[in-house]
Amino acid sequence: MYNALSRNNIIVMPTRMTTEQIIQSKLFNGLVLTLAFISGFIIMSVELLGGRILAPYFGSSIYVWGSIITIFMMSLAIGYLLGGRLSLRNSNLLTYGFFYIAAAITLMPTILLGENMMDAVFLRIEDPRYGSLVASIFLFFLPTTILGLIAPYSVRLLVTHADQSGAIAGGLYFVSTLGSALGTLATSFYFILWFDINEILFTMGAALFISGGIAILGHYKLNSRG
Amino acid sequence: MLLRLIISSFIIFILPSSFCLAKDIHQERSHYQNIVVRETGQRRCLLFSVKRGDRNQTCVDINNPKKLVFPYVRMTLGGLLLNSSPQDVLVIGLGGGSIPNTLAELYPQARIDVVEIDEAVLRVSKQYFDFTETEKVKVHISDARVFIKRAGIKKLQYDLIILDAFTGDYIPEHLMTVEFLQESKKLLKDDGTLVANTFSTSKLYDHESVSYQLVFGDFLNFKMPSTGNRVILTKNDGLPNYSYLKNSAKKLSARLLTYGIDIGRYPDYMSRYKDWDQNKRPLTDQYNPANLLQGK
Repeated sequence: MYNALSRNNIIVMPTRMTTEQIIQSKLFNGLVLTLAFISGFIIMSVELLGGRILAPYFGSSIYVWGSIITIFMMSLAIGYLLGGRLSLRNSNLLTYGFFYIAAAITLMPTILLGENMMDAVFLRIEDPRYGSLVASIFLFFLPTTILGLIAPYSVRLLVTHADQSGAIAGGLYFVSTLGSALGTLATSFYFILWFDINEILFTMGAALFISGGIAILGHYKLNSRG
Repeated sequence: MLLRLIISSFIIFILPSSFCLAKDIHQERSHYQNIVVRETGQRRCLLFSVKRGDRNQTCVDINNPKKLVFPYVRMTLGGLLLNSSPQDVLVIGLGGGSIPNTLAELYPQARIDVVEIDEAVLRVSKQYFDFTETEKVKVHISDARVFIKRAGIKKLQYDLIILDAFTGDYIPEHLMTVEFLQESKKLLKDDGTLVANTFSTSKLYDHESVSYQLVFGDFLNFKMPSTGNRVILTKNDGLPNYSYLKNSAKKLSARLLTYGIDIGRYPDYMSRYKDWDQNKRPLTDQYNPANLLQGK
C-alpha cells in the first residue's frame, strides 16, 4: 500500500504494513494535521488581536488593518518559501517541533515588550500609517514567518507519493484554514469577552510550546516515517 | 402632567416629522461609514450607517439653525456649568459641527481644537450644516486616540474636553478604555473639565461608569427624562456643589436660551449617586469587550 522510507533514506522493500505500522502512520498523520490546525488557529487569533494591540497607538482606522494584514501576508510568504526549502533536507518531526517552539519564543517579546516598542515607534514616526506598519513588523514578523514554515513542511512530512501530493496538500490546507477560521471566530466572539489580550497571547504561546514538545516527543516515539 | 407633556410633545414634534416625506439630499460612503444628509420637513439631519437602523448624529432646524435640536447636544453643553469661560477647548468628534459652532459663538476668544477621523464628515458639515473653520476653530483629521497621545507628548492643555466620538453604533472601543481616559485627563488643566456623552441604556453602562470612576474619581452623572443619553461631567480640582451649579446656570441662562438650552433645569439632574454595578470590570486596552456588550 505504501513505501516506507527509513530515516536514512534507504528504500525499504515494499512490504505489507504491520498493524503497528498502520497505527503509527495514522498517529503520525493525525499529529501533523492537528498541529497544522493549531498553527492555523493561532495565526489568525494573533492577527485579530493585532488590531487591538495597535489601536491605542495608531487608532483603528483601515490603514492599521492594512498594516497588519500586509505584514502577516509578507511574513507568511517568506515563511512558506523558507519552509519549503527547509523541507528538502532530512525532514522530520524534530525540526517540525522546533518551529513551534521558536514561534512560541518569538511571540514573547510581542507580549512583554510590545508597549515599549510601540512607544518608541510612536515617538519617531508621526504618520500612523507608517507607524503601524513598522510596529507590525516588530510585533509580528518573526513569529508569523516561523508559523509560515509549518505549512510546506507539513506537506513534506505527509507526502509519500508524488501522485498523492495534491490531495494531501488540499487536506492540509483544509485543516489549517479551518483552524484559522475557528481562531478568528473564537477570539473575536469569546476570548476578548473573557480574557485580557496578553492572557490570550500567553495561552497561544503556551499552546505553541506544548505543540512543539509533542512533535519532538512524536519524533522519538513514532518511527514509521522520517 | 409630565406624562402629558411627553405625549403631547411626541404628537407635536415626532409624528408630523415621521409623516413628512424624508428626502436624502446627500449620500456618500466614506472610509469609515455611510453618510447621509436627510431632510424631513424642517429638519436636516446627518446620519451614519443607516442600514442598521437610522442613527441621527446631528439635526438642525432649517428655520432656526442656532437651536440645538438634540437633547444630548444640549446636555453636553451642560458641561459649561462646571467651567463657564473655557479658553482652550478640545472636542472629540465633529458630527454636524453643532457643538464647536455653538462654543465658537459663545466664546469667540476661545481656541477650539476639533478631532474628527473622517474627512468626509468635515466636508459634509461645512456644506450642509454651516460648520466653519476659523483662526480659532481648527479641525484635525485624525483618530482621537492618536491625537490625544500626541497632544500629551506636546504637552497641550485644555480647560474643557468634550468626548463625543460616535460611529453608527457607539463609541469606538479604544476611546472607552481607562488608558484612553488617563491620556485625556493628562491634557486637562488643573481646573479642567471633561465632558463625555454616553448612552445610559446599554450593558456597557456599568463598565463605562466604573472606568470613569477609576480615572476621575467621583463624577456628576447627568441624565434627563425621556432621553437615553447620559453625560459624564468630571472636574480635575473637585466637583462643584449644587449651589455653585445653580449660580453658574443663572449666569449662563440668558445666553444659552438662544440655543434652546434650558440650563436652569440642568443642575437638578446632575447626580453623584452611583447607580451602576461597581463590581464590574473597568474597560482597559487589555480587556475590552465593548463591541460585544453594547449589543446586549
